[in-house]
Amino acid sequence: MGKRIGMEVAVAASEAAALCRFDMAAVYPITPQSHIAEHLSDIVNDGRVDASFMTVESEHSALSAVIGASAAGARVITATSSQGLMYMNEIMPIASGMRLPIVMLVANRAVSSPINIWNDHSDIMPMRDTGWVTFFSDNGQEAVDMVIQAYKVAERRDVMLPVNVMMDGFQLTHMVEPLIMPDQEEVDRFLPPLVPYATLHPDKPVSMGTLGMPDIFTESQKSKDVALINSISVIREVWKEWEELFGRKYEPVQTYLTEDADVALVTMGSMGETAEVAVDELRKEGIKAGLIKIKLWRPFPFEDLKNAVKGIRVLAVTDRAVSFGGPGGPVCSEIRSALYDEPSRPVIVNYIIGLGGRDVQVADFMTMVKKAAAGKLSEPYEYYGVRG
Amino acid sequence: MADKKWPETWQEVNPGCMVFRPGSASEYHTGSWRAKRPIWDKAKCIKCGLCYIYCPEGCITEDADGFFEANLDYCKGCGICAKECWTGAIKMANEEG
Repeated sequence: MGKRIGMEVAVAASEAAALCRFDMAAVYPITPQSHIAEHLSDIVNDGRVDASFMTVESEHSALSAVIGASAAGARVITATSSQGLMYMNEIMPIASGMRLPIVMLVANRAVSSPINIWNDHSDIMPMRDTGWVTFFSDNGQEAVDMVIQAYKVAERRDVMLPVNVMMDGFQLTHMVEPLIMPDQEEVDRFLPPLVPYATLHPDKPVSMGTLGMPDIFTESQKSKDVALINSISVIREVWKEWEELFGRKYEPVQTYLTEDADVALVTMGSMGETAEVAVDELRKEGIKAGLIKIKLWRPFPFEDLKNAVKGIRVLAVTDRAVSFGGPGGPVCSEIRSALYDEPSRPVIVNYIIGLGGRDVQVADFMTMVKKAAAGKLSEPYEYYGVRG
Repeated sequence: MADKKWPETWQEVNPGCMVFRPGSASEYHTGSWRAKRPIWDKAKCIKCGLCYIYCPEGCITEDADGFFEANLDYCKGCGICAKECWTGAIKMANEEG
């Protein structure tokens, strides 16, 4: 059995990657991901995994380098944040289009300008359509677990897609949290050695990253889309196996006290835990509050969401990114769209919260729920707590 | 799948569009893009081979007599050979139709 320890989450997530015996890491440091970059480098330097650590001149190169190593058959890891993720943007659809089982840790941070190194989700949201499986962790334990699960999902022959694991910058990455670190034997039992679908080797020639003419491009895109859509059943299977082996349950949509809820909050990432406390406090006041936490952003868990919102009158969706000039935050527009065809659906209101490290406390979530209960905000989406 | 030249349906597309047959790109004749073709004037050619060196397509080869010619299945008609030929032995001629 794993050991209960206190560890900084960035370090713990790197340790989880070491337990997966990665072969190659290429990481370019950026706040608040830097501790991951440093610790992965330490792990390789200390010879704790049989791996090479490639120092690169940018995030664009970091992701390109792990693509090359993954194509050669290596189990790879990279990590980034914010502007670094933006710089990887060009390469992200190439990784998924080439169907390479890359795992990336993202320490979520705001994007410029103004320059802001603190946490929100405006870095990952523009990457929504790049074809990666995307997990959102709530706490240090989930970050550790999801790194290990990510390899299992990515490498499954019926998935073969890159997976990125979100952990809120600072709020998670720089916190020392109590968590259970699985031991090597357990992880080895859960995660078999990588058997690549194909490798770049002269004995068995293969062309990867080929040209796709108009005659084949549409078919190639549908093939990738179907692989991503179908990966949800593999994710469920992997999470079920994880629960059996490690006793911790994972679901694409996790609900808290929603069965009889009148108003439910929707969160992604570390604010879910604060929102949980707010739900408890609201219940003490006699308000039937609930909470829906989205753990799987891509592929989007439509069925899970539809089941989770049954009977709920008002859904207060929180977004930690802005879709400028759009219909609301990216999570909210996704949820609205997902529920549009349902014969009965909750009223949906949208709060933009926690931008660029702005703190959101229990009392704030309580206020949001109370205001949402009326079923309408004064604006299509409200910047909660904005001055002016 | 590996035997087929072209997947018909999305289900037939190999993961990552990987191609397991080496050299299959040679089956695609990029010469169809050409608007102009290079014509060598053997009277001016000194067999220096600069055209062969500069051809980005790698489609120029040396014949038995030491002269050079382009494989028109792949020559895209870019004209770099004509530009680089310092004796002016290569002229670009319009393709018909």
